[in-house]
Formats: sequence, structure tokens, C-alpha cells
Amino acid sequence: MAHIQLKNISKTFGNHTALSNLNLDIADGEFFVLLGETGAGKTTTLRMVAGLEKPTEGQVFIDGVDVADWGAAERDVALVLQQYSLYPRYTVRQNLEFPLKPKIRRLPEAEIKDRIARAARTLRIEHLLDRKTDRLSGGEMQRVSIGRAIVRKPRVFLMDEPLSALDAKLREALRTELKNLQMQLGATFLFVTHDQIEAMSMGDKVGVLNHGRIVQMGTPHEIYNNPRDTYVASFVGSPPMNLIDGRLVNDRAVMAPMNFELPLSGGTRTGGATDGRPLVFGIRPEDVYLESGAPVEAQVHDVENHGVEKIVTLRVGDTMLRATVPARTAVAIEQPVRFAWNPDKVVLFDKGSGVSLRHAG
Amino acid sequence: MAAVRTSSEVTFNRIAIVVVLLVTIIFLAPIYWIASTAFKPRNLATTIPPTVVFQPEISPFVKLFTKRSQMRNPPTPEEYAAAPWWERVVFDGGEKIVRDGKGEVQWSGYPSRFMNSLIVAITSTVLAVGMGTFTAYGFSRFRVKGEADLLFFILSTRMLPPVVVAIPMFLMYRAVGLNDSHLGLIILYTAFNLSFSVWLMKGFIDEIPKEYEEAALVDGYTRMEAFFKIVLPEAATGIAATAVFCFITAWNEYAFALIMTNRRAQTAPPFIPSQVGSGLPDWTVIAAGTFLFLLPVAIFTFLLRNHLLRGMSFGAIRK
Repeated sequence: MAHIQLKNISKTFGNHTALSNLNLDIADGEFFVLLGETGAGKTTTLRMVAGLEKPTEGQVFIDGVDVADWGAAERDVALVLQQYSLYPRYTVRQNLEFPLKPKIRRLPEAEIKDRIARAARTLRIEHLLDRKTDRLSGGEMQRVSIGRAIVRKPRVFLMDEPLSALDAKLREALRTELKNLQMQLGATFLFVTHDQIEAMSMGDKVGVLNHGRIVQMGTPHEIYNNPRDTYVASFVGSPPMNLIDGRLVNDRAVMAPMNFELPLSGGTRTGGATDGRPLVFGIRPEDVYLESGAPVEAQVHDVENHGVEKIVTLRVGDTMLRATVPARTAVAIEQPVRFAWNPDKVVLFDKGSGVSLRHAG
Repeated sequence: MAAVRTSSEVTFNRIAIVVVLLVTIIFLAPIYWIASTAFKPRNLATTIPPTVVFQPEISPFVKLFTKRSQMRNPPTPEEYAAAPWWERVVFDGGEKIVRDGKGEVQWSGYPSRFMNSLIVAITSTVLAVGMGTFTAYGFSRFRVKGEADLLFFILSTRMLPPVVVAIPMFLMYRAVGLNDSHLGLIILYTAFNLSFSVWLMKGFIDEIPKEYEEAALVDGYTRMEAFFKIVLPEAATGIAATAVFCFITAWNEYAFALIMTNRRAQTAPPFIPSQVGSGLPDWTVIAAGTFLFLLPVAIFTFLLRNHLLRGMSFGAIRK
């Protein structure tokens, strides 16, 4: 197992800058999730650790050793991809054997048999061993693909959206399985995804990547509750954080342009939040309440029923904001309601830069 | 699921079958003509209207493979009885087979020309497809400086009609002693097929996801091992299709073979019609030579037919 460091990594493809000045530190045995939209540079980062791509600038360290001159074979990493990750024409067994048979680390036959048996048992694919890979379902394929990674006992597992091509049920099941597997193996995982639910539920640590830069790095809890800027706030969470323009007047939030007011608690006020400064107020939908005696009146614009809860879109003038309410709450579209927020949970962002005042301070 | 057909579909299908049959007949007619002439007695080869029903003979093939001379008198009964069966069929045409002093049968030029064709076509196909596959792989997988220009340059070698370069090539070949040699023709045909092979193979290799090889690289294999273990098996269909086309081109090539070779390395295409000139043309012998000449391509294509079908539709449908 290994400790991975990326230092000041930049990568350009022609005129296109894929990554700029990227720094990552993945501790030994950590489940690190790199979260970002398509094209943010996640896969490029992963390929650089794998040795399939060379950084234009900067260094990659594995266990403190600069691996610039190491090929993919020497780095001893395992890669699981979203698709095309199994060799066609081969059976499942042959696929699992393949990583154990290169010249640089050919294992004895008995050892190969043993490792395949163990991996197959762990992933419950024993009954599939003699099947050709094109006779597998999507979930089975990804299981085999993970199996091909674990038989090797590599120093790092690199996973490039391994669950994205699967249907929702299976994705959920494999998510848990993968997390359990990682804890069981005690292995270092670098997991790339655009799915913030995967990031939140699996990661020990999450790095949010946007346009080739790490925007914020931290535990899922930190990222969720204390987003560094409005990008992270709106990217993480489903539905995303409500972001409302306004300013601070006498310790109360006054929203433009309708001038509705909401209270703030002392805790959310940090240095720099002076009266009159243009701000963006961020509040998670679950921290918005519907109450009959609440300070602000709004119209119900839309209701989405999610079973255990409802997501209600509220309209105040032109401002929309979403509230997550228990499913039993009776609301109808265009019905007038009153709402409040949890003043302890409000995050203040600078209007110009979008950076949270807590992080800027 | 039961297939329900409307009457208009049935009509359409019937018309389609008739059209396909007609086209097939048009395409196969010349081949039938050659094949039937190859088994006809000489006097029926050029009848008008053509003879369709006849007693097939093997004599054109015997004549094709042997040297013969005209006989003044018909063979005596003793000579006839002593001759093997394949010589008797020649006697009927008023000819006998030429033998040397030891009584050994003198072969015609055809077998050696046929062998030359095989040597040149097979070697140049292997070389062109082999080099083409490697080149295509390089272009497909690596960032090559001026890739588009290089590929265009490779293609441009086919833009001139080959005959245009025939005279300069002949002079160069004579200067370096490559004329009338197998090596000379092999180089020529390989160069000829190479651009085609590179372009076709690039299309096929582009379609193979590079993730497969990258997985192999990460699994501890070298680029070469990944190429042979992963890419080559996946590219088999493309290689088969490319090989068939290269083989057909090399096998059928006439102009350069005519100019560059005359005896030692002459291939079958210029040889077969050269037999027309001596005396009255014996069309049955020419047909027999042509018929045998058609077989290797037919066999080769037949053996690779599954790959070819997939190869043809490959790349035609893009996502």
C-alpha cells in the first residue's frame, strides 16, 4: 500500500490546459474521491498516477519516490475503468490471470490459482470463472474488473467512474461493496467520479476539481457543510444548496431584490461581513422550514415527491429556493406558505469572488 | 415472436430475389465461360453459337503443363498403346509431348510462372500488411508530429496511375539489377499496397479501444506485449480484409510484371496471354491457365469469408 503525492502538477494538451498547479496528498489506506464534472481533469489526474500520461510540469510521488521515469508497469497500480476494462475473447478466469502473468512478476501457478480463487470468493463471481466476458451483465463485468485489480495486490487502486455505467440499484449495491472491500484490504484508493452521492458516501476525503484546479479538499462532512465557494456549494448536494443574493443589515440577511429579511446567528457572522456588503447567502434545502408563523411568505412553485420527503420549490418574487420537507407535509402548487431557515447553518459567500467568508478569512 | 408478413413485403422479397439472381448470373457468366472453355475440346472452344453441352476433357490442362510438338502422322497403334493416358488426349489433337534425351517430359513455362505469382503475391502481402499494421498502430496510438501530412503523403503514392512511373522504375531497376527478379517485384508490390494497408489498418485499429492496451500496460506488460496479446487478436478481422485486398492486387498485377520481368521471375498474368501469339491460339489452354489462376484468390477469400463480412461492415456504422 502506498502514499501518493502530486506536487504542482500541470498538464496541457496543445492549447488546452487540462490541469493547472494541482496538489494532492493521499494518505496510505485512504479512500480518496476526486469529484468533478466531465472535463474537469479527473481522468487526466488518474492517468498521470497510473503512468499513462506524463505531467507537463510537476511531480508524482509514490511512497516518497519521484516516479517520473517509471512506466505504467513498474508503478504497480491497478486500474478499473467505466467500460472496456475487460479483455474481450478471454474468459473471466483468463482475465483474472492476465495481471499475474507478465514477465516482470510472473507468479507460480499454484499462487495464481489461489489468488484467483480468493478474489472470486470475495466478489462472488466463482460461478462465472469459465464464462466469456461478452456473456456477462454490466454488474458482473465490473465485479470481474475489480477482481482483476485485487488479484494483483497493487500499491494503489485507481478507479475511473467504475459504477457510472451501471443502473441505479446495482450502483448502490456495488458502492457499499467497494467501500467494504477497501476497508477489508486496507488499500489506498483513488476514485474518480462526477457523482457527488458516490463521493459523499464512499470517500474518506474528497477533492473537488473544477477546470483543472482543486477547489476544495476535505472530508465529505466539511465539503457539504462548509463549502469553500459557490461552485462547490451548488455542485455538492442534491438538491444543491440554495444561493440567494442579498446583503447584511443589522445582523439580518436582506435579500435582493424583494427585500425579505431573515435572521442570522452570531456563529455564521465572520470577519469581513460588514453591513451593506453584497453577499450570497447559502442555505441547504433541509435547513429551510415551512412554518405557519415564519417570517417570510412565499408561493409553492413546484413539488417533487421523493417518497420519504418532498422537495418544495418556493417562490418569492423572482427568487426561487428549495426546501426539503417531510412527505406528510401537505402542500399544493401556488399555495401561499411561510418559511424560515436555520440561522446557524447559513453560509456567507462574497458576491464578487464567490468564496465563502469563512475560507477567505 | 412470429414473423407476420404483409403481401407487399412478400412481393418485394420476390422481386429482390429475382434481381439478386440476375445480377449474380451477370457476374458469374464470364467465370462460367472461362471454366467451361477450360474443359472443352479445342474445336468447340470458338463455335458460334457457343457450345453449352459437351463432353468435358482434361486435355487443355495437359497441354497447359507440357511442351508439345505437331506430329506429321497420327501415332501408330504401338505408340498409342505405350503412351500414358494423359499423352493420349494430346494425340487426338495431332500433337505429341516433347521429351528430352532421357525421355523426361518437358514442362511448359506455366508451373514456374504460377509459382512465381505465389511467391511474389504472398511475400508482398505479408510485408505490406505487416508493415501497414505497425505503421497504422503508431499513427493511431501516438501523437505523431505532422500526422495528417504524413498520412496524406502515404496516400499520395497512389494518386499517380502506376503506369506513369513504369519507365523510370524500369530504368532504376535495370541499373541496380532488380529487373526480372522476385525481390524486385516483391518490393514494387509491397510499396504499392503499403499505403492502402496503412489507411485501412488505421481505420480498424482506431476502432479498438485503447483502454484494452492501457489496462495491459498497467497490468505489467510492455507496449510490444500489449500489442501482440491484445491489439493483434482484436485487429484480426481488419488484417484479414486488408490481406485479401493486397493479395488480389499483387496477384492480378499485369503492367509492371510485363515490363519488369521476362523469364526468371515472370508471373502468370503476363505469361498466360503470351501463349496466344504462337501459331493459331488455343483458347482452351489459355482458359485452363486462367481457370487455375483464379483458384488461389477464390480459396483465400473463401477461407477468410467470415472475417471479410465483418470487415466490410466494420466502421460503416458509427456512433
